[in-house]
Amino acid sequence: MTEKVPVTVLTGYLGAGKTTLLNRILSEDHGQKFAVIVNEFGEIGIDNDLVVGADEEVFEMNNGCICCTVRGDLIRIVEGLMKRRGKFDAIIVETTGLADPAPVAQTFFVDQDVQDRARLDAVVTVADAKWLADRLKDAPEAKNQIAFADVIILNKMDLVTEAELREVEGRIRAINPYARLHKTTKCQVPISAVLGQGAFDLERILEIEPAFLEVEDEHDHDHHDHGHGHDHGHHHHHDHGHDHKGLKHYHDEEMQSVAVRVDGDMDPNKFMPWINELVQKEGPNILRSKGILAFKDDPKRFVFQGVHMILDGDSQRDWKPGEKRESKVVFIGRNLKEDELRKGVLSCLA
Amino acid sequence: MTKSNQSLADRVTPIDAGEGVVGAGFIGDQPVLALVEGDVLFVDGDAGRRVKAHPDASILLTQFTRDRLVTGGDDGRVVETRANGAAAELGDEKGKWIDSLALRDDGATAWSAGKLVRARDARGEVRTMTAPSSVRGVYFMPKGYRLAIAHYNGVSMWFPNTAAEPEGLVWRGSHLDVTISPDGRFAVSSMQENSLHGWRIADKKDMRMTGYPAKSRSLSWSHDGKWLATSGAEACIVWPFDGKDGPMGRGPRECCARASRVSRVAFHPAGLVIAIGFEDGWIMLSRLADGAEIFVRSPKDGQGAAIAALAWNADGKRLIFGAEDGAAGLLELPV
Repeated sequence: MTEKVPVTVLTGYLGAGKTTLLNRILSEDHGQKFAVIVNEFGEIGIDNDLVVGADEEVFEMNNGCICCTVRGDLIRIVEGLMKRRGKFDAIIVETTGLADPAPVAQTFFVDQDVQDRARLDAVVTVADAKWLADRLKDAPEAKNQIAFADVIILNKMDLVTEAELREVEGRIRAINPYARLHKTTKCQVPISAVLGQGAFDLERILEIEPAFLEVEDEHDHDHHDHGHGHDHGHHHHHDHGHDHKGLKHYHDEEMQSVAVRVDGDMDPNKFMPWINELVQKEGPNILRSKGILAFKDDPKRFVFQGVHMILDGDSQRDWKPGEKRESKVVFIGRNLKEDELRKGVLSCLA
Repeated sequence: MTKSNQSLADRVTPIDAGEGVVGAGFIGDQPVLALVEGDVLFVDGDAGRRVKAHPDASILLTQFTRDRLVTGGDDGRVVETRANGAAAELGDEKGKWIDSLALRDDGATAWSAGKLVRARDARGEVRTMTAPSSVRGVYFMPKGYRLAIAHYNGVSMWFPNTAAEPEGLVWRGSHLDVTISPDGRFAVSSMQENSLHGWRIADKKDMRMTGYPAKSRSLSWSHDGKWLATSGAEACIVWPFDGKDGPMGRGPRECCARASRVSRVAFHPAGLVIAIGFEDGWIMLSRLADGAEIFVRSPKDGQGAAIAALAWNADGKRLIFGAEDGAAGLLELPV
């Protein structure tokens, strides 16, 4: 079997700079060839690349799962592209500004033919530093795209002040503390920050810590907790920023992340039914989920990740000697019931 | 099941197409392969003649009738190739991929690109309709100048020469390929969810044909129209369509079970024998009456690329096939 082709999904609200990023990827001297799936043939450099027009046709799978939507056109296009497998190294899917990334991502887990030949690498969202905060208020699509992202390119930073930049970063982190965030002007970001991320690769879910705890360029956040420990007793205020050494912490009323960490082993016979039932019931609200679990009597780490109702999990490497056997599960979604999630995870202790 | 160890391997002439095979068939009695890089290859011993049907483009799909091959490309062009090697453009959708294709023996051609469906009759008159969602399959119905069109949530049956609204066969889900039984009584579509869906057209009664581990994308009717051979399982699944209820309440036959999925099937034009191509590159013949199997071909080291195309010539004495990696061949049956 030949290696699966990596697929990068580019999202971003209208005008954020998706096409700029796409052009940057295509024009950089990287020696790679791409098959690019676009919605409109626009001003993109296509010299060595295959460009395919798509219809962004979303349909429901007939599997009793209401949020299990896929992009029918993508299934067809990937099938066609695979006949010319040797002509490109990777696929980039550009979505329209109003698109929900979920059906695109789910296509790569639901359709067996697609799954046999291609693998989702990452969802990359381009956001406009100047206007994102406004769009998060009035455009649910923009919020979805941020919540869903593995990589966020916070673009047009030259158009805002340092304070405004921190403000918008705080708002992004309130929704999605896990994505890798790059602040750019004209999407100037190395291609290695966008492609080859392995964000859906179970082998590479090594640690699930909020990405802004990583030592990053200009800020020093290492003492921050990421908000889930806050008391969420004041739900009726729209914003409540706490100023922590420059980066404000916000709570988004609609879209949040919840992380649950548990010491001690979990019982797989409790956890598996619980998580399956949870995504069956709450799947429409849970955009992304990830977990690393220590199962009782299992020397290996169990990792899983999910998109809405679709879960993908596997045993991974052994727990290292001296490594603390602990389990951690994170969810990003809409109106998450933090208490229930926490209780649910705790009820699966061995 | 009677197993036989017969082999026709020594009657296969291998062909190296040099690139992936998309379609295979006969124009007149000339064996022809349609290739992924846009060429049509007329097979002739070692020589062979190439026609550039889609220059700088890829052939996505093909259909044959006795006297012509029509190819649809990712250049948006629909091209007809005749026995003399002449290629003529029948349609140009300006770079939109051609997604489905159907031919009639009288020279009519139909194709789709996205939601757009075109029917071009033998005189070159083109009619257009827009389907409710993207079209994945088209098929000329055996009676009248009428086209069956598979799309999301069902199949539409359209008379291109009338203004009447197409008649719908409804079933929720994404329908891919569509075929109509030779007697015109049944419509069958392959679906996204690894199943076939059928309708008795007269009363639109539904029938589900399930149990496939993968999508069933190759459908072939027996010469008498009583059987439908299908791909998508680790055996060729053959559904009975002889009675008035077709396969309703009846199970299928399973021919030639192997540890590899069936990728292409082709019923013999005169007998109840099926040519079966597998995803590991094997080809077998299976006789429906007694399940007898005849070996035709395996790749060099026993494991190869999937059979992408398989077709009998008109009198059923020759079988041409091609695999996704360009390995192809021509079987000549002992007469």
